[in-house]
Amino acid sequence: MSLKNVLENWSDYRKTHEQGGHHEYEHMWTLAIDLNKCTGCNACSVACYAENNLATVGKEKLHKGQGMHWLRMERYWDEPQMGGDDAEYHERGASFLPMMCQHCNAATCEPVCPVAATYHTPDGLNAQVYNRCIGSRYCSNNCPYRLRYFNFYSYYDTSWPEPLNQQLNPDISVRDKGVMEKCTFCVQRIRTGKDQAASEGRELRDGDVVTACAQSCPTQAIVFGDMLDEESEAAKLWAKQQVELGPYEQKKDKEGSELRGYRVLEALNTDPCVMYLDRVREA
Amino acid sequence: MHTKDINENIAWAKINEDVLRSMENPRVGYWVAVAACILMVSCAVLAEIYQYQVGMGPSNLNWPHMWDLYIATFVFWIGMSHSGTLLSAILHIIGADWRKPIYRFAEAMTTFSLLTAGLFPIIHLGRVWNMYWVLPYVSDRGIWPNFRSPLIWDAFAITTYLTSSAMFLFIGMIPDLAICRDNARGWRQKLYTVLSLGWQGDDRQWRHFRRIYLLMACFLIPLAVSVHSIVSADFAMSIMPGWHITSFPPYFVAGALYSGCAAIITLFIILRYFFRFEEYMTIPILEKTCKLTFAIAMVWSYLTLVEFASVWYGHDMASKEALIARFTGAYAPFFWVMLFCGIVAPFGLAFERMRRHLPTMFVLSLILNVGMWLERWMIVTPTLESSYYPFAFDTMWPGIVQWAIVFGSFGWFGLLFLIFVKVFPSVSMYEVKEMVFHRRHYHSEEQAVKFHRRATDRQLTDQPGTEGA
Repeated sequence: MSLKNVLENWSDYRKTHEQGGHHEYEHMWTLAIDLNKCTGCNACSVACYAENNLATVGKEKLHKGQGMHWLRMERYWDEPQMGGDDAEYHERGASFLPMMCQHCNAATCEPVCPVAATYHTPDGLNAQVYNRCIGSRYCSNNCPYRLRYFNFYSYYDTSWPEPLNQQLNPDISVRDKGVMEKCTFCVQRIRTGKDQAASEGRELRDGDVVTACAQSCPTQAIVFGDMLDEESEAAKLWAKQQVELGPYEQKKDKEGSELRGYRVLEALNTDPCVMYLDRVREA
Repeated sequence: MHTKDINENIAWAKINEDVLRSMENPRVGYWVAVAACILMVSCAVLAEIYQYQVGMGPSNLNWPHMWDLYIATFVFWIGMSHSGTLLSAILHIIGADWRKPIYRFAEAMTTFSLLTAGLFPIIHLGRVWNMYWVLPYVSDRGIWPNFRSPLIWDAFAITTYLTSSAMFLFIGMIPDLAICRDNARGWRQKLYTVLSLGWQGDDRQWRHFRRIYLLMACFLIPLAVSVHSIVSADFAMSIMPGWHITSFPPYFVAGALYSGCAAIITLFIILRYFFRFEEYMTIPILEKTCKLTFAIAMVWSYLTLVEFASVWYGHDMASKEALIARFTGAYAPFFWVMLFCGIVAPFGLAFERMRRHLPTMFVLSLILNVGMWLERWMIVTPTLESSYYPFAFDTMWPGIVQWAIVFGSFGWFGLLFLIFVKVFPSVSMYEVKEMVFHRRHYHSEEQAVKFHRRATDRQLTDQPGTEGA
C-alpha cells in the first residue's frame, strides 16, 4: 500500500465519518411504551430471546448479573411508607418498566468505543457491530441505563444443545464470548422490511416493520414506528404527548400538565428514542 | 550521624568495583526471589489461560461491574512508572544532584512498571486476539480506530511513554555499559560491546551525550504528565457520577508520583541492604526522597479533599450519592483504609527519626502503596456499584481469576527487576563519580568560600553545603 493510498484512505475517513452522529436521517425508529397497558407478562422479553438468539445463561449466572436479557422487565414496588401498610403494598402490586436499549441520539456509549464498534446509523439506530467489538466494555460502563450486555462465556453449547440450535434465527448471528451486545430494535426485521418494500418498488410504510416485542405484546403497550413518517402510529403518540427528540425536558414536567410522555434519564441529554407513558394509578 | 549525601573521598576504582560486584555471582537469596516471582507469574499465566479459554465470566464481572481490578491495577502500575521520570528528568533539570545514585533503578522501575501496566488493558479485553485493532494500522478496508475514545489515547500515550522511557533508560546507561564492557568476559562482553555503541568517552561523545540526555529529559516531563492525564480521561471523559470529575488529571498525576516515590523508597531499602550499597544509597539521600514523598503526599491529600468538596458543593444529586456511597456503601471499609494509608500514614515521613530508620520506612512505604492501590480500586468500583440507574445497583466481589492475575503482575514486575539488577548496573557509576567529583572540588571549605556567593554569610562548619538539594 503506497503512501498516496494511505493518505487518500485517511482523507476519505475524515470526510465521510461525521463525528457526533449528525446524520441526515433516513428514518428515526422509535418506541412508544404505554405503562398503563403493561401487565408485566414478560412476553416481550421472551419474544426478544427467540428473535435475537439470546443465550439463556441459567439461574446461577443470571443471579451473578451475567444475564443476556436485551429487554428486561423491571419491577418497582411502591414503598409501604409512601402510604398504607404492608398488606396494602402487596395488594397494589408492582409497576413494570420494560427496558431495552434506548437508542439515544446522543449516545454516551458511541464516542468511548476504542474501535468504533458501536455507531449511529442513518436509521437513527445505535448499532453494535459484533465482528468489530474487542470487548473493552467501556460502552457498558458509560451507559447510564446499563442496557448493554456482555458475553461473559461462550453459550452456544449450553444454551442451544442439539437439536435446539435448529430454532436459532438465521437472520442474526450467534455472538461468541467477549462481545458486547444489546437491543437492536430488531435490525434484521428493519432490513427485511426495507428489502421487501424496495422489491415492491414502494416506500416503507408504517407497519412494514414490527419489532418482536411490539408484535408479541398482548395489550399492545409497545408501539414501534418511524418518527420521520408523520402518519405512523408511534409518531402520532409522540406528537400527542408533545414529547420531542432533542430537548432534555418535556412538557409533562411542566406544572399542571396532564401529559404522560417522558423519556428515561433524559436530563442527562442522551436524547433517547424510547418514550414511556407514565402509569396513572388511583391514590 | 551521616549528614553527607556521599563520601567525597571514594576512589573511582572502588565505585566501579562495588557496582560491578552487584552484577555478578547471585547468591541463594536471589534465586529464591526469582523462583518466587516465577511462581507468581505462573499463577497469573494459568489464570489468563483459563480466562482466555472460558471467557470473562470466572472473573466475576457482571453487567454493572464491567471493569474492576484489572483497570484499577493498570492505573496503579502506570502511576508507579511516573516516579522514575520525576527522579531522572525533573530532578535532572532542576539540578538536584542527590538523585544521581538512585535514579537508575527508579528509571528501570518506570520501564518495567509500564511493561506490567501495558498487560492489563490487553488482559481485560473480551477478545484479546483482536487487541491490535486499537492501533491505527493501515488497512485496505479503510477502517480506523475511534479517535474520540479515551482508550485509543491510552494506547498512544502508553506506547509513546514506554518507548521514550526505555530509550531514556538506555541512553543514560551507555557510559556505564562501556565500563561493563571493559571489565567483562564471555557473553557479557559481547552484549555490552553491542549495547555501549562504541563509547570511548572522548570529548565529542560526552558533548553529544549531554545534549541528547537533556533533550530526552525535557521531552519526557510533559509526556509523563500527559500520560497519566490521559489515563484519568478514561474516567473523567465518561458521564458516570464519581468518574466525571474535572480535577482527575492533576489528581491522577499526583497519585502517580506519590505511589512511585513510595516504591522508590521500598526498592532503595532492598537494594541498599542486599547489594551493600550503603556508601551510595546513603541515609541523607533516603531522607530527601522521603521529604519529596511527603510533599507529594500532601498535594495528593489536598486534591482528594478538593474532589470531595467539588462534588459536595456541585449539587449534582447522582454524584453526591455516589460520594456518600463511597463513604458508607459496601466498599466503605476499603475506602477508609485507603484514606488512612494515603492521608494519615504519610505523616510518619514528617519525623526525622522515622525517616532515618530503615525498617520503619520499608513498612511505611509499603503501606503507602497499599493505600494507593486501594485508591485506584475505590475510583473504579464504587462508581459502578451505584450510578444513575437504581435497577442496576449491585455489589460485586472480584473472582479468584482477577486476584491471581493482579498477584502475578507483582511477580512479573519483580522478575523483570531481578533480571535487570544482574545484567545492568543499578547504580549509575559515571554519575556517582560526577557527584563525588563535584563534592570534592566545590564543597570543600576554601572552595565554598570561593564559589558560594552566600558562603561568607553563614558560619562555615565541617558540613558540606547542600547545593541543589
